[in-house]
Amino acid sequence: MAVLINKDSKVIVQGFTGTEGTFHATQMIEYGTNVVGGVTPAKGGTSHLERPVFNTVKDAVDGTGADVSIIFVPPAFAADAVMEAADAGIKVIICITEGIPVQDMVKAREYIKSRNCRLIGPNCPGVITAGEAKVGIMPGFVFKPGRIGVVSKSGTLTYEAADQVVKAGLGISTAIGIGGDPIIGTTTKEAVEMFMNDPETDGIIMIGEIGGTMEAEAAKWLKDNMRKPVVGFIAGQTAPPGRRMGHAGAIIGGADDTAAAKMKIMRECGIHVVDSPANIGKTMAQALAVTA
Amino acid sequence: MNLHEYQAKELLKRYNVPTQEGVAVEHADAAVAAYKQIASSTGTKFAVVKAQIHAGGRGKGRMKEVPDQSGVNVVKSAEDVERVAKNILGNTLVTIQTGAAGKKVHKILVAQDMYYDGPSERKEFYLSILLDRAKKQNVVMYSTEGGMDIETVAHDTPEKIFKEWIQPGFPLLPFQARKIAFNLGLSGTAFKNMVKFVTNLYDAYVGLDCSMLEINPLFKSADDKILAVDCKMNLDENALMRHSDLADMRDKSEEDPTEVEAGEFNLNYVKLDGNVGCMVNGAGLAMATMDMIKLAGGEPANFLDVGGSANAQTVEAGFRIILKDPNVKAILINIFGGIVRCDRVAAGVIEAYNKLGNINIPIIVRLQGTNAEAAQELIKNSGLKVQSAILLSEAAELVQKAVN
Repeated sequence: MAVLINKDSKVIVQGFTGTEGTFHATQMIEYGTNVVGGVTPAKGGTSHLERPVFNTVKDAVDGTGADVSIIFVPPAFAADAVMEAADAGIKVIICITEGIPVQDMVKAREYIKSRNCRLIGPNCPGVITAGEAKVGIMPGFVFKPGRIGVVSKSGTLTYEAADQVVKAGLGISTAIGIGGDPIIGTTTKEAVEMFMNDPETDGIIMIGEIGGTMEAEAAKWLKDNMRKPVVGFIAGQTAPPGRRMGHAGAIIGGADDTAAAKMKIMRECGIHVVDSPANIGKTMAQALAVTA
Repeated sequence: MNLHEYQAKELLKRYNVPTQEGVAVEHADAAVAAYKQIASSTGTKFAVVKAQIHAGGRGKGRMKEVPDQSGVNVVKSAEDVERVAKNILGNTLVTIQTGAAGKKVHKILVAQDMYYDGPSERKEFYLSILLDRAKKQNVVMYSTEGGMDIETVAHDTPEKIFKEWIQPGFPLLPFQARKIAFNLGLSGTAFKNMVKFVTNLYDAYVGLDCSMLEINPLFKSADDKILAVDCKMNLDENALMRHSDLADMRDKSEEDPTEVEAGEFNLNYVKLDGNVGCMVNGAGLAMATMDMIKLAGGEPANFLDVGGSANAQTVEAGFRIILKDPNVKAILINIFGGIVRCDRVAAGVIEAYNKLGNINIPIIVRLQGTNAEAAQELIKNSGLKVQSAILLSEAAELVQKAVN
């Protein structure tokens, strides 16, 4: 099933009837995702995109058996939506919303810790298991089915990587956009670990950026668990220190979170690190040819 | 969003965090009036004049126009205040953090001098509150070594830096506040004052949605008061939606004017020093494009994320902003079209290009994704001096040719 989601996942949309929710839910349904309903407070009992609308996530879970949720709720209310999904028993919560206050996410992350769930994002493009289910905002056609897993902090750079993988004659098992915020639900290391344990994934592409220590943490884990080739890229080699580069988390704070420092430790741990973003697909094809 | 020292101190007062009192002014005569008021309330002739800019190192910094004038000055008379105010206001302060260009000073803070003598020894501490991304918790970081550059302290004497992590959803707990005060070597009245200070300071950090709050020096006066002599406050821009009063405190004169203009078009722009401009959809791809420019032998002139809607208006605004920079010798537009179709983006580029007229530098447009081939046809047939690419590697080659 690749990881996180598959064709049997029962997906609800939080913020279902809003502009974003409507547009992307439509695209997800067209892709073949099993969207079973959605949540918009005070619109419960109505129907949208030929699917039921519920007032609460609890009602939606009771009514549909949903196990995956995707969140398009505005930033001021998004952390609450994450906690509501966790409390209602959703197993995989994917939060697309960008611009959530950091302190809200500190609290939400703590709240969901004791619930049996996994949060992806926020500020991410979502998750796609190629050919099975798309729970996100990515262009589905780019992700041709195959056996390469992608984990990335960035949206369009994920599409770029997937496109290169496909052009190199390979395809995608699952692509996970983990998000570009300082506090996110699933770390690079956790995503890499899922792929390492997935029998349907043969190689892993790990795309990071300046800021934080997640890539170094993943690299250290990989050093002792490298059972499949991993190709890595870090965006922001030319970024100046102390400036936020678009993503809230993409800021160089010290010597350890520069692109150079991350690339060095990734190389030392056995990851195939590419300097140019144009070489991601090619390098994966070469790495697989060597292991084969 | 950065705040000035005087703004940060005003905000701390709302949370009953004691600060060195002062008045922010824009003119020398107002500075004299503020000084007289402070002198009469403190009963001493000593006061401090501090330049208000968004950069540290003010005490050691010097005014470009008046090289013997520092950015922070102790004054002893109304004449002193007037002279110092005239030296600083309207002039440019160069510190270790401003770069050689320095920053123009529009405001000064006339403040109480807290370094008076008294029954106990004066002390300077360091304390900051920030997010520990790895632990996903806020952390109070503090040291007995105040008034110095904390990174130097952390490097040379790491044992002198203490950290206290805060349980999310909880305030700073009483035992934690006591621990901080004990570790700073305090007792008696100063201890009690410190416990109150850090407890209230943490409430301010959370209540104001700070992304960083630094008190350096955190000061113990000779009569055991604990107060913030300086304060550096950074606010989480994502949280400004619930603090409209704080959003109004933004000082746009401290920011790059082109970056401010870009913000008005909802473009995320950061000015850099290179020769190749770029316009990209998505922050990660934008950084990656900058890196690619460098590998191709150029230097990125900017970071520019046009976001999800790369249409004629945003592309035109992007062109205008990039072209303001005389160092730019070529522009690379890199759009991965997913939901946004490449042919629409291409039409937008052509429209913007025609509207602007005289663009005399090479433009390279790389469009990949939905309808990429149709987009390339459109560009080719437009008759414009625009080069197009589909693969990222092709775009890199075109950049290389353009800069060499």
